[in-house]
Amino acid sequence: MTDHSQSPDTQPSKHAGSLLSPSPGTIKRNRAEARFKGYGIAAIAVGLLMLLVLVFTIVSKGVGAYTQTFITLDVELLESKLDKKGNRNLDDIKKVTTFGYAPLIKNAFATKLEELGLETDLKAKDQAKIVSKSAAAQLREYVIANPDMIGKTVTFKFLTNSRVDGYMKGRVSRESIAKDKSISVAQLDFVDQLVAAGVIKKTFNLDFILGADASDQRPEAAGMGVSMVGSLFMMLVVLALALPIGVAASIYLEEFAPQNWLTDIIEVNISNLAAVPSIVFGILGLAVFINYMHLPTSAPLVGGLVLTLMTLPTIIISTRASLKSVPPSIRDAALGVGASKMQSVFHHVLPLAAPGILTGTIIGLAQALGETAPLLLIGMVGFIASNAPDSLSSGLLSPNSAMPAQIYEWAKRADPAFYERAWGGIIILLVFLVTMNTVAVILRRRFERRW
Amino acid sequence: MSFVKMTASALTIAAVSATTAAARDQVQVAGSSTVLPYASIVAEAFGENFDFPTPVVESGGSSAGLKRFCEGVGENTIDVANASRAIKEKEVKKCAENGVTDIIEVRIGYDGIVFASDINANSFEYTPTDWFLALSDKVMVDGKLVDNPNQTWADVNANFPAVDIQAFVPGTKHGTREVFEDKVILAGCETTGAFEHLLANASGDTDKAKKKAAEKACIALRTDGKSVDIDGDYTETLARIESNKDGVGVFGLAFYENNTDKLQVATMSGIVPSTESIATGEYPVSRPLFFYVKKAHIGVIPGLKEFAEFFVADEIAGPDGPLAEYGLVADPELEDTQNAVADEATLGGNS
Repeated sequence: MTDHSQSPDTQPSKHAGSLLSPSPGTIKRNRAEARFKGYGIAAIAVGLLMLLVLVFTIVSKGVGAYTQTFITLDVELLESKLDKKGNRNLDDIKKVTTFGYAPLIKNAFATKLEELGLETDLKAKDQAKIVSKSAAAQLREYVIANPDMIGKTVTFKFLTNSRVDGYMKGRVSRESIAKDKSISVAQLDFVDQLVAAGVIKKTFNLDFILGADASDQRPEAAGMGVSMVGSLFMMLVVLALALPIGVAASIYLEEFAPQNWLTDIIEVNISNLAAVPSIVFGILGLAVFINYMHLPTSAPLVGGLVLTLMTLPTIIISTRASLKSVPPSIRDAALGVGASKMQSVFHHVLPLAAPGILTGTIIGLAQALGETAPLLLIGMVGFIASNAPDSLSSGLLSPNSAMPAQIYEWAKRADPAFYERAWGGIIILLVFLVTMNTVAVILRRRFERRW
Repeated sequence: MSFVKMTASALTIAAVSATTAAARDQVQVAGSSTVLPYASIVAEAFGENFDFPTPVVESGGSSAGLKRFCEGVGENTIDVANASRAIKEKEVKKCAENGVTDIIEVRIGYDGIVFASDINANSFEYTPTDWFLALSDKVMVDGKLVDNPNQTWADVNANFPAVDIQAFVPGTKHGTREVFEDKVILAGCETTGAFEHLLANASGDTDKAKKKAAEKACIALRTDGKSVDIDGDYTETLARIESNKDGVGVFGLAFYENNTDKLQVATMSGIVPSTESIATGEYPVSRPLFFYVKKAHIGVIPGLKEFAEFFVADEIAGPDGPLAEYGLVADPELEDTQNAVADEATLGGNS
């Protein structure tokens, strides 16, 4: 026996080793594990670095859009220009177009310079050019709203033109405008004078968040507000349609449907639908909703319908998963005390699955909110978001854009000032997406029960 | 459950609002991305100065816009198509098939096409011949037509620096491409004698068919990567040039004028492109811009005629108007256009 016990003691000593000195095999395994941990940490580090770079780029490029350069001027609303007949008839006042308001701004510069005692060689026309093209429209709107102010002097805060704004933000310099026709070095000198006098100031610009899109000639006036409303109406449509349809479909499939080849096919196709590229839904929307059903183009209702199709599979899959996670004992207990199948589902299973369903819905909505491709085909990308809707039906039916579509549109435009606004828009969109995802996570954390 | 009620009410709202959707009250415009900035400037001013809502302007390219325009008459079709080229006979026929017979053609002005490189890179003084020699698929060498052997700009013209040829030209779906082919490549093809050679060897029954075949062979660009088609917008071309300093791109004049801090413009046949040199016709590469109005929609869509008239009004499209300020070359015959719009004169009509 002793011989027998000795032989394994001497023979495999190469492999076994003692507790104090690990065998080569163990060392190898431990090293492999350490390496694997290292790879994992490296992967996370790379991911985090990417995220940091992304966030840094977005914030550093986009934050400029939230401040804007304004100029304060006292404008005399000359009766001789605005209401020649002098009877304050609104129809006559409306006949004066924005072009008729330009001289008032020129005059306002002359009075301001006199008041400050500044001197410049710049012609009156070139002085007025540092103000945004939106100023005349702003004046006209004010006069039409307050016709009794004609003849008086009113203080206005106008936007400056995008080049002046770029100069204040350091995007435009005296060297970079050497060949630029829309601004001259003399005008920048003039701007410096006005900045020193406190007439031109850079302040926070709420209109970027609440305002409407503007044409290529006045990037300084463009805002996200109206397209945000467009996105909101689309999300309302998606929520109102996708949630009930999705939940009803999944409850039926999960709780009531018999297991046969038909439900199998449906199941497979729902998963397939989730993988369909979103542009396909856009083409479908164009063919069905616009060309066949004659719904209006560019309308958030159509956008919402298209996005509903896109979101449905996401909601159905997550709802079914959360219904499945409710243990069968709950159903059995409900049925055991005499509840009907429907009572057991609606009184017990559905409430327990609700947090999961809501999480899935919010994530589906967040996905739909960031979608641009299908909107291209139903006419929601372009110069659209210029009229704010005034009622529920006009919100759904009158043409509007959506946040990602607006960002895409800005990124294409020629003036570099629009580029900054595109990044600014991305910040707003990201804030929405992060908020929605955070709400989803909180809901899941607080209400989800695990068995 | 309350969500059943919610669905029911949401569906009713959708249904009710869909039926009330019948009357559209804003003008809808689509088409050329070159005309888009001008159209949106006009749309914005129109919305400010009239009681009509601001028109909706979409882009998508001249051909796509005209295709939608020709889909038929009715409120679910667009009222105005923007185009950076004149409507083709084929498209007029297609329109007529779908019931769009009375089309008003409005020329808003001229647009220049410029060649620009990075501000810190080499500057060029081109002639159409240089572009033909640099980009054509086949060029003449010693009286024979051979595959383009030119690798650097110095191969093309001894005055140019020896940097690799890298050109970013608009893709075939753009109206700009057609002008580039006609006014630059074809012109170069003719001056180098390649056109005559191609014409002599062209196959075709008639002289016209031969000429067409020769022209088609002329404008074929090389496919070895020296010439890159850009299907996106000018912003994409600009991005390509910023990442490849030796690249040269084709841009619209208005786009260049908004990015003079990043781009330097090349002269063409010794002329610097500007609104002035295009207006006088000295700068060779320019083209008219148009929009097309569906006459059947005038009186149905509120504000359509007013919009068309406003677009070509002196204070908008004139030499001192906002469009000229943005880069459009004003049309010297604007008054004729204004009268034509006022009379609603249609294409091929008697008026």
